[in-house]
Amino acid sequence: MQDTDQLPVFTYSATTQRSSLKQLISSLVSDLKSSQELAWRLFIRDISAQYRQSLFGILWAFIPPIVTSLIFIVLQSRKIINFGETDIPYPVYVIVGTLLWQVFVDGLNAPLKSATAAQPLLAKINFPRESLILSSFYMVLFNAMIKSIILVAVVIIFKLTPAWGVVFAPLLILLLILLGLTLGIFLTPIGLLYTDIASSLPILIQLAFFVTPVVYEPPSSFPFSLIAILNPVSPLLTAGRDLITKGMVVDIISPVMVGSITILILFIAWLYFRIAIPIIIERMSS
Amino acid sequence: MSYKLIEAENIGKKFCRDLKRSLRYGIQDLGAGLIGRNMGHDQLRKDEFWALQNVSFTLSRGETLGLIGHNGAGKTTLLRILNGLIRPDRGSIQVRGRMQALIALGAGFNPVLTGRENILVNASILGFSKREINERFDQIVEFSGIEEFIDMPVRSYSSGMVVRLGFSIASHMEPDILLVDEVLSVGDLAFRTKSQVRIQELKDAGVAIILVSHNLHTISHVCSRAIALEKGEIIYDGDTERAIDAYRTSLMKSHRNIEDALRAGTGELRINAVDLLDSSKKPENEFNIGDSVIIRIHYEAIKPVENPVFNIAIHVLNGQQVTGLRTDTDGVTLGTLTGTGYVDVHVPHLNLLPNIYTLDGIVFHDDGFTFYDRVNKIAHLKIRGGLDVNGIAYIPHTWQASSN
Repeated sequence: MQDTDQLPVFTYSATTQRSSLKQLISSLVSDLKSSQELAWRLFIRDISAQYRQSLFGILWAFIPPIVTSLIFIVLQSRKIINFGETDIPYPVYVIVGTLLWQVFVDGLNAPLKSATAAQPLLAKINFPRESLILSSFYMVLFNAMIKSIILVAVVIIFKLTPAWGVVFAPLLILLLILLGLTLGIFLTPIGLLYTDIASSLPILIQLAFFVTPVVYEPPSSFPFSLIAILNPVSPLLTAGRDLITKGMVVDIISPVMVGSITILILFIAWLYFRIAIPIIIERMSS
Repeated sequence: MSYKLIEAENIGKKFCRDLKRSLRYGIQDLGAGLIGRNMGHDQLRKDEFWALQNVSFTLSRGETLGLIGHNGAGKTTLLRILNGLIRPDRGSIQVRGRMQALIALGAGFNPVLTGRENILVNASILGFSKREINERFDQIVEFSGIEEFIDMPVRSYSSGMVVRLGFSIASHMEPDILLVDEVLSVGDLAFRTKSQVRIQELKDAGVAIILVSHNLHTISHVCSRAIALEKGEIIYDGDTERAIDAYRTSLMKSHRNIEDALRAGTGELRINAVDLLDSSKKPENEFNIGDSVIIRIHYEAIKPVENPVFNIAIHVLNGQQVTGLRTDTDGVTLGTLTGTGYVDVHVPHLNLLPNIYTLDGIVFHDDGFTFYDRVNKIAHLKIRGGLDVNGIAYIPHTWQASSN
């Protein structure tokens, strides 16, 4: 037993304590550190549970994007729909696009899914809440790594010869995940209270799919060109696809801008999450 | 510096009765929290009530505090605030040291994974570091007593086994403060005993413990001090036996006005009230062991009835029947009753043990079987005292020492 004087002190009080930026950052860092180990355990738990109850296991990471790609490849080749010309073979365009889109969507869904599953824990046990976000991030990263196998396969099968810029492709994938995660974190607290968020998310994602250049080239004439300009996913996705298939990007400024803004907003989302979660837990049943 | 591990000052916590509104307040609070204001923390909004109010207490190292109070008195809310899960709306609480809650045993167990894997995850959720888990792993498995199932998926465990494993993990952490909520009453007798021994070990090691239980025997056995809560406020803080007594008074208050829907009978003769009178014939509800009591049954006969049988049944509150008093078994005939009046039962020594008792008033036809009227819980009485007098019966007695 330690001396009482040396014990850590926690104060829970009705009035919010104002803390300086320095205190805030140091508490963020220490909480992140303490949640790392738990996040890893939760990730291992979820991965093992997921694959132990599945026959096809890892295959499920491949199937959805491949099916979506096939649909559009067939539609386009039969001229049922016409998305116009792409500068790379259309199947490559669609498969890479869909995979990158899927990575973003995974990131977007992950925080709410993981927090909803952990609701009984949240209500009863005081553990670093960041670990839920972190473990869901690990999970998305893991799935993205598996999906990258298809990307490599596509490059080989279609005999693409991307330039050296292809080494930056993983960075773009990471940024897509972080963008999804950031939006997902903002939705999580309210999504824990109201099921409307979880119900509307798939519909919104489907809509967003069609206003993002996933399966067709972004239109270049106004007003439809706004799709590419206003939609934050577009520059990252387009740049990611260009890097993977060609090894270079036409427009480097917008993905860099979106990327840096994403990281800044991710930080804000984290602060928001910390403030929001205790308030939300009060409204959950114990 | 002080040796106090917990200092709670004037804590208050609001809850909302209506779910929809509660969620809306949640969004409002969220908005207020984001701009750093405490909007309306101090006032009740529509449909809100104080689930805890003016709660102040301290807890020192090595102390074991019992929390008692009937359902909804605020025990669990207080534990959740102590545990840092929810913030008080008023006042503040200071907690020194590592806090561990034996509350959600086995929470976060994944049914598909084995017991072994779940120990690692659960311990990690409870805040064990990797090193601490490895050091204690064998102890945890051994204490849980389910070594042979440890590599089986948890979904094949019985509920008792899950709780054992959960308790074993949580109780092998070395906290400075331990919160225990109703977990000592689960599992089989052997495991319950084992858990109590474990709690005692922690107590001996200087851990401060807060125990919540509906089992007053556990509280009385384990705690040196207890707090009785009623409607979110502390009504007594101190000696365990007296806290139990205060809790019973509050329990009787809350039961006094219960109209029982089970009233039944042919109705020619009705029981209007049952009063308890003390030795000076004044109405009283609280007695000491062995007091003299008159049970007065007020009746009303709609038409004249022949030789009715009066019966008073005494129950432990919500529990078993202690005794029944009947005119027919006592060989008393009351003749013809008309109009209103009362029947007295003289009890020279009410040798009941300290507790809350309820009285059922019953009148039968002279066959001793068909009801004229039956009113459950028509009266309540309390025998003062804690659990220092224990058991099921009180035997009048004297002590004397002699030498040969």
